[in-house]
Amino acid sequence: MDSLLKFITCGSVDDGKSTLIGHMLYDAKLLFADQKDALELESRVGSNDGNIDYSLLLDGLMAEREQGITIDVAYRYFTTERRSFIVADTPGHEEYTRNMAVGASFADLAVILVDASQGVLTQTRRHTRICSLMGIQHVVFAVNKMDLIDYSQERFKKIQKEIRILLAEFDHRSVKIIPVSATNGDNITKKSAKMPWYKGPTLLRYLETVDVSEKPTDAEFSMPVQRVCRPNRSFRGFQGQIESGSISVGDTVTVLPSHETSTVKAILEGNQSVHDSSVGHPVTIQLDTEIDVSRGCVLTRDPDLYINTMFSATLLWMDDTKLVEGKNYLLKSGTQKIPATVLHIRHKIDVNTGREVPAKEIYKNEITQCDISVSSNLVFDLFEHNKALGSLILIDRISHATAACGVITQSISRSNDLTWHTMDITREFREHQLDQKASTIWFTGLSGSGKSTLANALEKRLVSMGKHTMLLDGDNIRLGLNRNLGFSEADRIENIRRIAEVSKLMNDAGLIVLTSFISPFVRDRRKAKEIIGDGFVEVYVNTPIEECERRDVKGLYAAAREGKIEHFTGITSPYEKPQRPDIQIDTTSRSVEECVDLLMEYLEPRL
Amino acid sequence: MNYLDKLEAEAIYIMREVVAECEKPVMLYSIGKDSSVMLHLALKAFYPEKPPFPFLHVNTTWKFKEMIEFRDKIAKKYDLEMIEYINQEGLAQGINPFDHGSAYTDIMKTQALKQALNKYGFTAAFGGGRRDEEKSRAKERIFSFRNADHVWDPKNQRPEMWKLFNTEINKGESIRVFPISNWTEKDIWQYIKRENIEIVPLYYAALRPVVERDGNLIMVDDDRMRLKPGEQPMMKKVRFRTLGCYPLSGGVESEADTIDGIIEETLSAVSSERTSRVIDKDGGAASMEKRKREGYF
Repeated sequence: MDSLLKFITCGSVDDGKSTLIGHMLYDAKLLFADQKDALELESRVGSNDGNIDYSLLLDGLMAEREQGITIDVAYRYFTTERRSFIVADTPGHEEYTRNMAVGASFADLAVILVDASQGVLTQTRRHTRICSLMGIQHVVFAVNKMDLIDYSQERFKKIQKEIRILLAEFDHRSVKIIPVSATNGDNITKKSAKMPWYKGPTLLRYLETVDVSEKPTDAEFSMPVQRVCRPNRSFRGFQGQIESGSISVGDTVTVLPSHETSTVKAILEGNQSVHDSSVGHPVTIQLDTEIDVSRGCVLTRDPDLYINTMFSATLLWMDDTKLVEGKNYLLKSGTQKIPATVLHIRHKIDVNTGREVPAKEIYKNEITQCDISVSSNLVFDLFEHNKALGSLILIDRISHATAACGVITQSISRSNDLTWHTMDITREFREHQLDQKASTIWFTGLSGSGKSTLANALEKRLVSMGKHTMLLDGDNIRLGLNRNLGFSEADRIENIRRIAEVSKLMNDAGLIVLTSFISPFVRDRRKAKEIIGDGFVEVYVNTPIEECERRDVKGLYAAAREGKIEHFTGITSPYEKPQRPDIQIDTTSRSVEECVDLLMEYLEPRL
Repeated sequence: MNYLDKLEAEAIYIMREVVAECEKPVMLYSIGKDSSVMLHLALKAFYPEKPPFPFLHVNTTWKFKEMIEFRDKIAKKYDLEMIEYINQEGLAQGINPFDHGSAYTDIMKTQALKQALNKYGFTAAFGGGRRDEEKSRAKERIFSFRNADHVWDPKNQRPEMWKLFNTEINKGESIRVFPISNWTEKDIWQYIKRENIEIVPLYYAALRPVVERDGNLIMVDDDRMRLKPGEQPMMKKVRFRTLGCYPLSGGVESEADTIDGIIEETLSAVSSERTSRVIDKDGGAASMEKRKREGYF
């Protein structure tokens, strides 16, 4: 039996998790005298009517004491004659589910509390599911507050049945259900006199004796390389922790993803040279040939590890920002860290029923099955075979928050998988990939009003914010795409139509388009808006004609006044002012930067 | 693997991850037993390479003489890059533990540490904090994030899943890393014994000049110690469970002058080790969390 048991306590809010652990430590005389003193003192000044509030022992943060709830995982350490324990007490509040998952990812066993007066609740189901997702294979249900239902065996049996139904869909290696009262200490460390009908062990006794050791497996050796140790020219060793199997000097190992092979020349455990080593040990391995190995490579003798750029995973979403298809993250798995895209959300999993529910967006604390692609080959295994090579986290590329954790359930081959073939790369997908909302910012105004200057300055601002843009103006349209168009009315209409269609295509590619054309007629601008659709923003650069004429950068007004240009807008051809532009901007009293600030005020929340 | 092997493996894994992923790591070295264990683990983790980072000792100038001697000896023995940092401003103002109470700790420890980390631009700092020491520590992640002002936000800690530590930070932010988070005081002593780790002799009971003050036995380590009226140094056989600034470290009367003696005492201890650290008592139950939010290690 393992000398150490790492377990968590979880369950719904107010099920008494902290109280249970507090009582266990108190009863088992595992507290130091000063901790006991502090506990009794704090209970007196607290609001628990002077009775000992055992939960105070664990709720360590000020905010927790203030609110009387557990926010984050608390770790406690104790040793009895039989075993050493690390217990992670986890929060029950739905809002802090991710903190509960932190505890679960670390534990071998879960003690899930059920309030006897309430039975199995949503939160109980959620926690059972998350424990299972994180790889916990041993569970104990502590049916707490038995005192509130008069220690009734009948009621206990009813709850027991509810639990059995809940467990039917999971594949646990061991399950135990124990009736307790955390407040009164029944069946915590001492057998309860009030429940003679219960013949099983107390909670502490069960935890002391339950066998959680891994099934003996014939798993082959694998070790993700953490770092290369090169103190001098003659020594080159690969450092990491053995995640499965064992290895001996003289064994042949394969380096993945390169598939090069070599023979183990020497193994160090710490500063000790050893002949062989096995799972769990941190080692330094020297190979007898100079082959290319760096951090992120996996040394292995397992022929079944996957090397692929696509796989399916079950994720627990933990970020405040929702998950959408196409978004980029940094993925960490083992010691590999590479850019990844969530290609496809297959569905989310209802935490209560386990049912698959169609979804396109995933929010905090939801579980989802999705397909992920990575930018270069990832070496991995399925989580059920190898925890270390089958688990992953997604890191937000801007906030650097850990946005999700997950387990790999399936490798996907690009050539024959249905998902890949049926998947649509939509405008939304591309937008998420570029982390922006595609739109067309349509500048209209007289010649010389400052459209191009503003569009240019705005584009620079957007690019500096990491946005992906394209500027369309007379220079790149008139000389190319619209070279065959003149200045007749029909040609002017066609000119605007083509610009609008190009903008629309670029929007579909996810880009933010800025257009700078006089576009003097309401009818043409309305047509452009129809073509472009969502994301059309009309910016009216409302510089008075006197000012435009005064500027006359290209000498066009002068030429028009002399009659050298036909149909010159504002002189010999009308300019129809927009009735309701999205933004109207007067450039006479503001600097270019001030104008851009004004534009950004409107645009920033929309891009 | 036994229990200690598992704790050791976990700490080594963490240290290697930090060195592989973080730009500029440093190891805080306080000269105490936890620091001795941390150094030992670092020597093992990177062997045959030397620990590939410098060590930082924030000196309040009120450490026990024996601690400084020990530090210099160890640095020389293992050829470590040992950086000593003193808050010169505080020193010039004559900040001391007798007149300035908690302000002393803030200026000479907390502020000094922030200054040192900023001065050298360290992005990750290893510390020997353990979760069994104190309640707010029990809730802290192994990789604990600090904003540009070194502030800890306990309500918004990053999830830490399996062994997948997220070391990504933005400019100005830093990480405090606690590789021995899951060790208890007893584990530390048993590991010191098993690995035969050298520690400051102050941990072993010996006759030392002390005065009794507010229930603590304070050692008169040099003539800067201010005696209160009626206080008379007396020789007692004492040892220290934690080491810091001598006027703030309470000794306990003990006969334990061997490692086995210490382990026996620790196993049957009736008080947790921080009771002998005078500063923790300022401000009641949540004092440590407050100090940590202000940037204390």
